[in-house]
Amino acid sequence: MSAGKNTGSLLSGAEEPVVRFESVGMRYGLGPEILSDLSFEIAPHSFQFLTGPSGAGKTTLLRLILLSVRPTRGLVSVFGEEVSDISNNALTALRRRMGVVFQDFRLLDHLTTYENVALPLRVQERAETSYRAEVVELLRWVGLGERMHVLPPLLSGGEKQRAAIARALIARPELLLADEPTGNVDPSLARRLLRLFMELNRLGTSVLIATHDYGLMDLVDARRMVLGEGRLRIET
Amino acid sequence: MNEARPPAPARRPPQAQAEPALPANLRRNAPLVPTDSAASRALAAVIAILTFLAALCAGAAEIAVSSAGQWQGSVSREVTVQVRPGAGRDIEADVRRAEDLARAAPGIVGARIFSKGESEQLLEPWLGTGLDLSDLPVPRLIALTLSPDARPDLSALRAKLSEALPGIASLDDHALWLQRLSVMANTLAGIGIGVVLLVLFAAGLAVVFATRGAMAGNREVVEVLHFVGADDDYIAKAFQSRFFRLGLRGGALGSGAALLVCAVAGLLARAWRTGPAGEEIAALFGTFQIGWQGYAVILFIGVIASLVTGLVSRVTVRRYLR
Repeated sequence: MSAGKNTGSLLSGAEEPVVRFESVGMRYGLGPEILSDLSFEIAPHSFQFLTGPSGAGKTTLLRLILLSVRPTRGLVSVFGEEVSDISNNALTALRRRMGVVFQDFRLLDHLTTYENVALPLRVQERAETSYRAEVVELLRWVGLGERMHVLPPLLSGGEKQRAAIARALIARPELLLADEPTGNVDPSLARRLLRLFMELNRLGTSVLIATHDYGLMDLVDARRMVLGEGRLRIET
Repeated sequence: MNEARPPAPARRPPQAQAEPALPANLRRNAPLVPTDSAASRALAAVIAILTFLAALCAGAAEIAVSSAGQWQGSVSREVTVQVRPGAGRDIEADVRRAEDLARAAPGIVGARIFSKGESEQLLEPWLGTGLDLSDLPVPRLIALTLSPDARPDLSALRAKLSEALPGIASLDDHALWLQRLSVMANTLAGIGIGVVLLVLFAAGLAVVFATRGAMAGNREVVEVLHFVGADDDYIAKAFQSRFFRLGLRGGALGSGAALLVCAVAGLLARAWRTGPAGEEIAALFGTFQIGWQGYAVILFIGVIASLVTGLVSRVTVRRYLR
């Protein structure tokens, strides 16, 4: 897997940032601006945490990167593509280069753990036999080898978390966004999952983990993006 | 959970690995849109009922049209010569003369003279029985059977009859009756097609509302599918597949029930045919059999209902996602 591949930028030679925000502001409806003047970049192969108190706008920032909401002002570029007028097809293509772990997992309750994890490959209309081995291997690695036929409502919180992480990783994304990915697991499993993210990063994936678990962040020497009162501060 | 390094599937092709043993009960390709819900069953029931009504309507139209076709066939194979009594003329001689002329015409394969008694019997429905009609100038009829191969020249026969028996003999080729029958058959067929189209339209509307409801109920599924990289077309296909299966189930139930009703009605009509009421039914509807064409139409309506369901759901989803 190669992160930061050429996305058609005019900046030849230099690797394009995976994500670039320029003076981005965001408000819901007519409410107050919850994110103000955000300017930052996420470099290819980089690893960073996004932190801040609850309600600081971490999830909204992830949604902006994920292109599920549009900024009310400013410019957002993802994989070198400015997204304000992006077509549906281009949006789908960008999302296929990202993996996301939601805080509330967002597993589909009517699909088995195996089917949930295989979903990103299935929607690419690949034959099931072409990805079965990968899915099973990843499920076994995250400790769900014996639970792959189980429906999500029967999984524990930690198992759901691991299934959601496996789903985010299965398509080998160039950018991984994780919203409180260790929020429902014990500290030892949290450390294991963190090592998984670091290993992915070592293989080339840019990783952004939203968390307010300072213990977890202290385990890694990584850039911290701190959100507070709608503004972003970068700590390196 | 072991402490091994995480897998890096990108580095080795899956084909190179031995396929791991999977649980026997592992389901791998369930529909992306949940299928088993009360709304799904209700929609399948609505489609089944609408298909059943449309199929019955089409079957009834088919019976009417084929019966009209049978009547037309039997009527158009016959023409009638009417010989009126003339003052001072021997009607029996006129009848024989007209018969000779008709038999001599090409394309006429048979002629049957209705006797005086038979002609008077034909008037009984209007005049009642037990009357002495000998004083009435009752016209006589000759039924001519036409050749099924060559169409005879009826104009020439009509001219010959007028020339030989002017004002006495006339030829009725039932053209007016045939025309009315044809109009009636076409009207029935048109009504049948119209009702079928209306029912399919109603089914389409039901599917539109059901699809919108399903989209609203599966908002999270749609959102997750978008996040994992599904495009609108893929999501629309998933919904279309779900609704097509529902439509297929409803269409099969509805057309199956209609086929059963038609088959049972045919059997009952055959069983009752021995009685006087049965004879009247048989006279009106033939054997009350819809024939293979009718069965094919009923099955076709079931298939069309399924296709309409799938197609309408797809269009609705695409519009919803836009």
